[in-house]
Amino acid sequence: MASPETKPATAGARYSAAGAVARLLGRFSSARRKYGLEWWILIAGAAVILFSIYLAAFPATIARYDPLDQEAGPQMSAPSRAHPMGTDNLSRDVLSRMIHGSRTILGVAFAAAILSSLIGIPLGLLSGFVGGALDRVLSLVMDSIYSFPGLILAIAFAAMLGPGVVNITLSVAVIYIPTYFRLVRGQTLSIKEELYVEAARAIGAPRRTILGRYIFPNVIATVVVVFSLNIADAIMTEAALSYIGLGLPAGIPDWGMDLSMGKKFLPSGVWWMITFPGAMISLLALGFTMLGEGLSEILNPRLLEK
Amino acid sequence: MLRRPDELKNLLRYALTRILLTIPMLWVLLTLVFVVLRVMPGDPVSAMIGGHAPERVIEEQKEKLGLNRPILVQYFAYLGDLARLDLGNSMIYNQKVSQPLLEKLPATLELTIVGMGFTMLIGIPLGAYAASRRRTGRDFGIRLFGNVAYCIPVFWMGLMLQLVFGIWLNLLPIAGRTGPRVYASEFQKTGFYLLDTLIAGQWASFGDVAVHLLLPSLTLGIVLSGIFIRLTRANMLDTLKADYVLAARARGIPERRVVYGHALKNAFIPVLTMLGLQFAALLAGAILTETTFSWPGMGRLLVERIYLRDYPTIQGVIVMFAFFVSIVSLIVDLTYAVIDPRVRY
Amino acid sequence: MNPEPILQVRGLSIAYPIAIGTVRAAEQVDLDLSDGEALGLVGESGCGKSTLGLSILRLVRPPGRITAGRILYHGRDILGMRENEVRHLRGRSITMAFQNPLTSLNPLYRIDRQFLETIRVHEPRTSRAEALARAERVLGDLGVEPRRLYEYPHQLSGGMRQRVMLALGLVMDPDILVADEPTTALDVIVEAGFIDLLNRLRRDLKLSILLITHNLGMVAEIADRIAVMYAGKIVEVGVATEVFHRPLHPYTHGLIHCVPNIRLDQDKLATMGGSPPDLVDPPPGCRFHPRCPHVMDICRRQEPPLAPPRGRFEGLGAPAASSAVPPKAVVQPPETAQRQVACWLYGGGS
Repeated sequence: MASPETKPATAGARYSAAGAVARLLGRFSSARRKYGLEWWILIAGAAVILFSIYLAAFPATIARYDPLDQEAGPQMSAPSRAHPMGTDNLSRDVLSRMIHGSRTILGVAFAAAILSSLIGIPLGLLSGFVGGALDRVLSLVMDSIYSFPGLILAIAFAAMLGPGVVNITLSVAVIYIPTYFRLVRGQTLSIKEELYVEAARAIGAPRRTILGRYIFPNVIATVVVVFSLNIADAIMTEAALSYIGLGLPAGIPDWGMDLSMGKKFLPSGVWWMITFPGAMISLLALGFTMLGEGLSEILNPRLLEK
Repeated sequence: MLRRPDELKNLLRYALTRILLTIPMLWVLLTLVFVVLRVMPGDPVSAMIGGHAPERVIEEQKEKLGLNRPILVQYFAYLGDLARLDLGNSMIYNQKVSQPLLEKLPATLELTIVGMGFTMLIGIPLGAYAASRRRTGRDFGIRLFGNVAYCIPVFWMGLMLQLVFGIWLNLLPIAGRTGPRVYASEFQKTGFYLLDTLIAGQWASFGDVAVHLLLPSLTLGIVLSGIFIRLTRANMLDTLKADYVLAARARGIPERRVVYGHALKNAFIPVLTMLGLQFAALLAGAILTETTFSWPGMGRLLVERIYLRDYPTIQGVIVMFAFFVSIVSLIVDLTYAVIDPRVRY
Repeated sequence: MNPEPILQVRGLSIAYPIAIGTVRAAEQVDLDLSDGEALGLVGESGCGKSTLGLSILRLVRPPGRITAGRILYHGRDILGMRENEVRHLRGRSITMAFQNPLTSLNPLYRIDRQFLETIRVHEPRTSRAEALARAERVLGDLGVEPRRLYEYPHQLSGGMRQRVMLALGLVMDPDILVADEPTTALDVIVEAGFIDLLNRLRRDLKLSILLITHNLGMVAEIADRIAVMYAGKIVEVGVATEVFHRPLHPYTHGLIHCVPNIRLDQDKLATMGGSPPDLVDPPPGCRFHPRCPHVMDICRRQEPPLAPPRGRFEGLGAPAASSAVPPKAVVQPPETAQRQVACWLYGGGS
């Protein structure tokens, strides 16, 4: 129970960027103290992600073969000591392809998420803050993109743009812009009405300051959560695009492509060519999802419930 | 639920308004498709044929497709064609775009509808059950299942199911809609094989068709149930805290009835909205599932024609998808109005 | 009035764990309700009275739990019954009316459907026509026209919804009605009508009522006896007019004194100092002692038991000026054996 004396000091801090960061850190430490399930979910997710980033950055430490080497071992052999995940139809080591593939998929997913947020967040801030006709037009466009099945849109883009890493990244990025837009716009609208923003306006703070100092820091927390979930989704979308064949050129190790190749040999009982790529995609997506969910619980705690 | 005359009148008025609203919504979607497919750097023909063809051929194709006209003219021509339900002609085969599309449409619809059925069958009861057993082991287990299911790519789920049930256990077929000795021409009427075989009274064929439908729709169902589990659970938790739930319990209504009769029905409303949104995801998933199971539907058609660079057909399929998204949204809103008496314009 | 208590609560304790500790919502509560009697349970918000009301029908929501005590209905302990036996009681022998009538009725179901459900749960073989007839009858008793059966909750006014909710509770002819703040969400005119309604029901249906409220005015017009609750404990019990005229516990005195009197020229409203105690970590000894103007040393160390008062204490002052007291009750009846108070000022059995 806070006594009246301590309230004014913290009240001012609440509304500034420094205050927002302080609050965030405070929430983390109290979450750690609680040792609840949510904390462990967060940790698990973070662990998976850190490990995969490590794999992407230093693949050679675990991968023993060049992923493109078509003479790494016997053709289409089941998992063995030499090749823990077996070899594929072009005699490439599957494990090495998995490890190197993480770089591809993480790279595309991250780049797409960053691109989406870089476009969606400012547009959302602008639209929510300025309102009026601009807001209505932007909202209409964004809502229609949002309601359209994302993958189909991505397929359309990728088909029109053609193959290549940049094009794939663009295709994946486009479908998430409305997500950031809607989120940020909604938050901006509600924060705009808060008393402390009105107070700032009353003392003559320029719009830039209001946006930058008051609205932005409060929006960040939710954005971080969405970013993590976004990456999970982007991973799945990229994999889907390469599975269909709209992805990257053959020279780049890619899990989705490996899956579509493995599919051809499934009827012969070759299970390792599909099991491992799919498991990797799922694991990575799960890691980012758990990170996002864990963050969400901690940053927006639902007291007593759930 | 008997309704009085003025209730019906209200409902009808809402329905009519909502149906009329679909038109502008559809228009926005179609414009979006147009923008994506035409207003891109370069033009579709170059993208499709690439730099391998001589300049002359590219120009010819562009002329044929009317891509040399000013953008606005193209836009209105596009809308005009669509209004007349003309989807153009295929660039590769000698056929109208609508021909393969209409042929394959029922296959995708059948898959999607049955898939949606599985999603709801798995997701909603599990979500409701998890809510009623909040914070117990079963609750966490169900939530974990939902989360994992959602993160599994639908095509991988399909491949694994094929591996287990098709290859290792050899129980279920892994490709196509019918088996080797079943001829669709014998019962084909609506294109919905489950219905057609029943109408024709061919029980053996019905069994065959059902068994072929099982794995693909189950794939869709399991992967998408994750969202429903989470949403139903969250809504149920809120609903179970409501006053009328307490009041119902206080009148001696048995717990199961309170949960599934009172709470679920109220919690179902936002779930229903989600259903509409999920249908879009379902269509997307159908594309991937059809590719995996060699299912002769619109999704596989799309992928094929992308590979073949048949631009008009690609556009046709996407337009069709946009149309279905609008229709489903309409149906969801109408169902919503029927269930919740508070919704009226 | 039959003196045999139809409902007896003995030593009831309710607790619910929260992040920072355990809230002790009720502790060692004793209450009696006689057949045909109206008992008013009063106290501030958060003193635990609503939780107490819920516990009678075992409707306390987890993580809240009843940690001790017995609730005897016609001599049988409700807390010891099996789940479906309790369910049998709910709505049929003991019924509840809640605070917010809009949210207490399922918005998706038409009113007749809600009646049909309730009746058929308890008497499954009732025909639709019979059930509807009963519903119409009980609605009529409460002043609601039969046509309302075919409407949805959101189409009714607040007062009407409250009557419908009451009717749903009364349709099975229960013995006891537990009303939890039934008029808080209604305006005073509707409230007055509701008070008349309750009084009439008591007379005509021989209904026993446990009225849980912080509204002293309402209690004054309905209750035969009053129990005052503070911080999870009962601090005073007695015949209503006696308690209003001569409150014994300083808290009760303060409570009554706080009600503004329209006949007096008051330029300042009376208040009680301090704030309600923390139920997770209540003050030692008597829970009211930090706010009590007559606090003694023993109050800080030991909790006074609820017992008949011994001796008199004149230091409280006269609250008789309060308008909460019905003007008719001028004659002070002798202290009856039913009077109990938990305060060291009255020498609570040392």
